[in-house]
Amino acid sequence: MPKDSGIGASTKRREDVRFLSGKGVYTDDLNLRGQTYAVMVRSSVAHGKIVSIDTTAAEGMPGVVAVFTGEDFKDVGGNPAGWLINSRNGEPMREPKRPVLAHGKVRHVGDAYAAVIAETYQQAKDAAEQLAADTEIEELPAIVDMAAALADSSNRVHDEIPDNQCFDWGWIEDNRAAVDAAIKNAPHVTTLELVNNRLVPNAMEPRASIGEYFPGTGDYKLTTTSQNPHLTRLLIAAFVMGIPENKLTVVAPDVGGGFGSKIYHYGEEAVVLAAAKKLGRPVRWTAERSESFLSDAHGRDHVTKIELASDLEGNFIAFRTETLANVGAYLSNFSTATPTFLHGTLMAGPYKVPNVYVNVKTVFTNTAPVDAYRGAGRPEATYSLERVIDKMCRELNLDPFEVRRKNFITTDMFPYTTPVGLPYDTGDYHATLDKAMEIGDVAGFASRRAASAAKGKLRGMGLSTWIEACGIAPSHLVGVLGSRVGLYDAATVRVNATGNISVMVGAHSHGQGHETVFPQIVAEKLGVPESSVEIVHGDTSKIPFGMGSYGSRSLAVCGVAVTKAIDKIVAKGKKIAAHMLEASEEDISFADGKFSVAGTDKAKSFGEIAFSAYVPHNYPLETLEPGLEETAFYDPGNFTYPAGAYICEVEVDPETGKVEVCSFTCADDFGNVMNPMIVDGQVHGGVGQGIGQALLENTSYDENGQLLTGSYMDYAMPRASDVPFYKVDYSCQTPCTHNPLGVKGCGEAGAIGSPPAVVNAVIDALHSGGHTHVKHIDMPVSPSRVWSAING
Amino acid sequence: MHNFEFVKPSSVADAVAALKDEDALALSGGQTLMPTMKQRLAAPSKLVSLTGIAEMQGVRQSGGVLEIGAATPHAVVAREAAAVYPALAALAGGIGDPAVRNVGTIGGSLANNDPAACYPSAALASGATIVTNAREIAADDFFQGLFSTALEEGEIITAVRFPIPQKAAYAKFEQPASRFALTGAFVAKYAGGVRVAITGASEDGVFRWSEGEAALSSNFSPAALSGLSVSADGMMGDLHGTPAYRANLVKVMTQRAVAAAS
Ligand SMILES: Cc1cc2nc3c(=O)[nH]c(=O)nc-3n(C[C@H](O)[C@H](O)[C@H](O)COP(=O)(O)OP(=O)(O)OC[C@H]3O[C@@H](n4cnc5c(N)ncnc54)[C@H](O)[C@@H]3O)c2cc1C
Repeated sequence: MPKDSGIGASTKRREDVRFLSGKGVYTDDLNLRGQTYAVMVRSSVAHGKIVSIDTTAAEGMPGVVAVFTGEDFKDVGGNPAGWLINSRNGEPMREPKRPVLAHGKVRHVGDAYAAVIAETYQQAKDAAEQLAADTEIEELPAIVDMAAALADSSNRVHDEIPDNQCFDWGWIEDNRAAVDAAIKNAPHVTTLELVNNRLVPNAMEPRASIGEYFPGTGDYKLTTTSQNPHLTRLLIAAFVMGIPENKLTVVAPDVGGGFGSKIYHYGEEAVVLAAAKKLGRPVRWTAERSESFLSDAHGRDHVTKIELASDLEGNFIAFRTETLANVGAYLSNFSTATPTFLHGTLMAGPYKVPNVYVNVKTVFTNTAPVDAYRGAGRPEATYSLERVIDKMCRELNLDPFEVRRKNFITTDMFPYTTPVGLPYDTGDYHATLDKAMEIGDVAGFASRRAASAAKGKLRGMGLSTWIEACGIAPSHLVGVLGSRVGLYDAATVRVNATGNISVMVGAHSHGQGHETVFPQIVAEKLGVPESSVEIVHGDTSKIPFGMGSYGSRSLAVCGVAVTKAIDKIVAKGKKIAAHMLEASEEDISFADGKFSVAGTDKAKSFGEIAFSAYVPHNYPLETLEPGLEETAFYDPGNFTYPAGAYICEVEVDPETGKVEVCSFTCADDFGNVMNPMIVDGQVHGGVGQGIGQALLENTSYDENGQLLTGSYMDYAMPRASDVPFYKVDYSCQTPCTHNPLGVKGCGEAGAIGSPPAVVNAVIDALHSGGHTHVKHIDMPVSPSRVWSAING
Repeated sequence: MHNFEFVKPSSVADAVAALKDEDALALSGGQTLMPTMKQRLAAPSKLVSLTGIAEMQGVRQSGGVLEIGAATPHAVVAREAAAVYPALAALAGGIGDPAVRNVGTIGGSLANNDPAACYPSAALASGATIVTNAREIAADDFFQGLFSTALEEGEIITAVRFPIPQKAAYAKFEQPASRFALTGAFVAKYAGGVRVAITGASEDGVFRWSEGEAALSSNFSPAALSGLSVSADGMMGDLHGTPAYRANLVKVMTQRAVAAAS
């Protein structure tokens, strides 16, 4: 019987009532007395020298109250990169300053170099247009192509960086010679060059920020679309503006999706705070959709050559990868971690391959900054691996299912440390593969292919067996790897006098469902109804210092902090019960919401204990503090390692090249599952994004650095009609061994595992139609590209 | 968006008079014009709404002709033309999404003549007559390349007259992002022969595929086109399709339209 509440129940998402009925409160919904409107003035060229900005006309326009340029911020700190990566030669990465507003030079189309603040939005728009007209920018040749950027030191995104390279990273450098030798001596080597296409995040809610300043106290408040308000506060306080942390409150109210793009601190946040202080009035800014396209941190953008060495039976001997990773014009906060420690460390996949080496060169270009986007590095790793394995199977005429099977790490090998350094704690990759083959009815594929052929369609099946490292992240590990922050999380459980509970969490929900799931855990552990538990998140003045939500970490890190805080509540409750029941603490047990004295029928309900904690009329105050509120910080001992097997079936129309996804099957191991319905939703959304990347989403800059796909007229987002009804299963569960919930995380899985399954299926379809010359098609596998490949 | 004046006349004559102002523009469904104004790419001083003019609304049949008021929304055409001219109704029902179809109008679409729009192919393949406040223009003379038409400044389309064909169909291959026509083929069979109009493909906008028409006029079947090949010269090339790809789609989509019409 499925449970109807608590851990494992498919409790309906309580937040959806407000989201779906228009009662959410997003940043742009707030209206403040005396507010003013900021509009950014953005570069229309990809690369240029700012010769002059004449602000006089704009300043004199109706309603204009202030104009800022890069000059106003030239002495404040830069927005830093969160990870320090060293090059193979030991040199630290090149880290150019990322200014609040561009100063001296503009470096990508959409780079903001000035801001206009006015009484109304339209007035600010008008003045911004005027300011753009009064700005002289000397256009320089745009640096767009990564290989060309590395080769030509005469043209530089940052004048102080001659070859436009941020770093040249080897992982693990000491293994390089052995990997080279293994490849040289291998019976077979499969080589594949591929592009992991750049993606625009396209959160439904565009970025928005409101700055406030309170002259009476000197306090600042920033309301902003953030996935991690404390991190944003830290970046602004410690690095960019030098405001003491305790003088700055950052609030992220309802946030309409982030997918990574709202992890980072952006210049607009600093502008609205500085402007609010100068004016003594609230200053608000909301991105237009076209600004989001140009200025949100994009995702992916790798150009990779991968080699797979194997014997003729398909046993893997080595993987060697050379990747150029685009960081765009500036280093966004996690841009240096994404192509390295979230990518290179995953290049062994779920396989017992002995030799792995990864080289990543990160390159500055005159394009929008690139950073973590749902999956962040792990989709890139999975795509390279699963595509080259598929190619190898074709070259050696081997069954892709069997090849995976014979190379999987087996259950008796855990804990298993890969040649790229990750200690996998547990997993069962054969089980998820078997499950996927069963529910995906692999056995019935031949007849489905025949049915498609009868309609003139080519049917293909593609497999991807993926693994990721999430539950980001053990601070001790990431510290060694270059992280400049810790990645624990925190929760405070406050039991109120009347017995209901507020849980203040460091995780931030921007659509995931924390407001539903965390109460399920609390309710289960404390024996109270879910409805008596409320989650408080997104406000640094209310919550403990947590690190926010990304990297499938909310449950596996913050959820564990919640359980640890609950453990402390129970321990404190036992003390109170012992006092009330005149028993010794050791004799008190807690179950089903009751504290009872062992071997007696003496008991106090959870509510009675809570009330007593706040009405402590006869407490022995030397040994028993009033109140029932506990905080826990949890820093995980290891990453978690969800894994799974995805099978995609497509039909290709050979006359038009159009690909239709007919079925998509997921068998995942997420460890223990807290709310199956929410897991379904996360997988559906992730696979939808993966299908989007595989078939539709194309971020294209022309040679002048102009974004050709700057609106939905040209940037194709997946829609309901582009995706099938998914088959999702997560019954194969190897609980995480190092957190008490046994959870692994499911937020990014779909986006990580799905793209290669789709592309493998397309290649399979084309081969079945005799188009065996097609070895690879880069994503997005658009109709035109498929047709051109067939007819090329 | 910049500020503008707004008027909503109730007669064609008043609309024409209101459009005499410098920088005045006709506004129909606004599905093209409003986004352009929001992006500040157009800044008319005055908008003259055409949606309050009764005679510009509705779908009427008289004899072998279907007349549609220029300010009739796509959704109304999809509904009310379905019995008489199902191919045209299906085309209207496949434009954009429900919100677009409930306000976007046939007159706005034809006046705009977007090279990827659907309606121009129906008008051209049907040999329709574009009726304006001043004259009647044959579809063959109306479309004059990308975003350009025979309309004079201040001239407004009031209605469109479609001769009703024996058989017809529209086959649209959607551009993956905008879902406009990457290439669309409208095929209409009349007693006097078959007309084929292609949208989305050519650098010159909607055009009649005369070779296809000839082949289909003698044998109205997809097979009749098998031997033809379409040159990529003059076809549009962009992120969504090369000229060769679009040339291929001209034939494939025409064949599909014929199959659907047969
Ligand atoms: C999301 C979206 C998807 C779309 N998808 C499609 C699609 O798949 N296929 C397709 O064909 N179209 C599509 N469109 C376009 C849509 O059909 C528009 O409605 C149409 O192109 C313009 O019609 P309108 O009534 O909105 O014109 P408006 O935007 O009001 O006007 C367009 C232009 O025509 C002029 N004009 C308007 N009416 C007249 C008139 N009667 N006489 C003279 N000039 C006039 C205006 O001055 C203006 O310059 C889409 C639009 C959107 C927003």
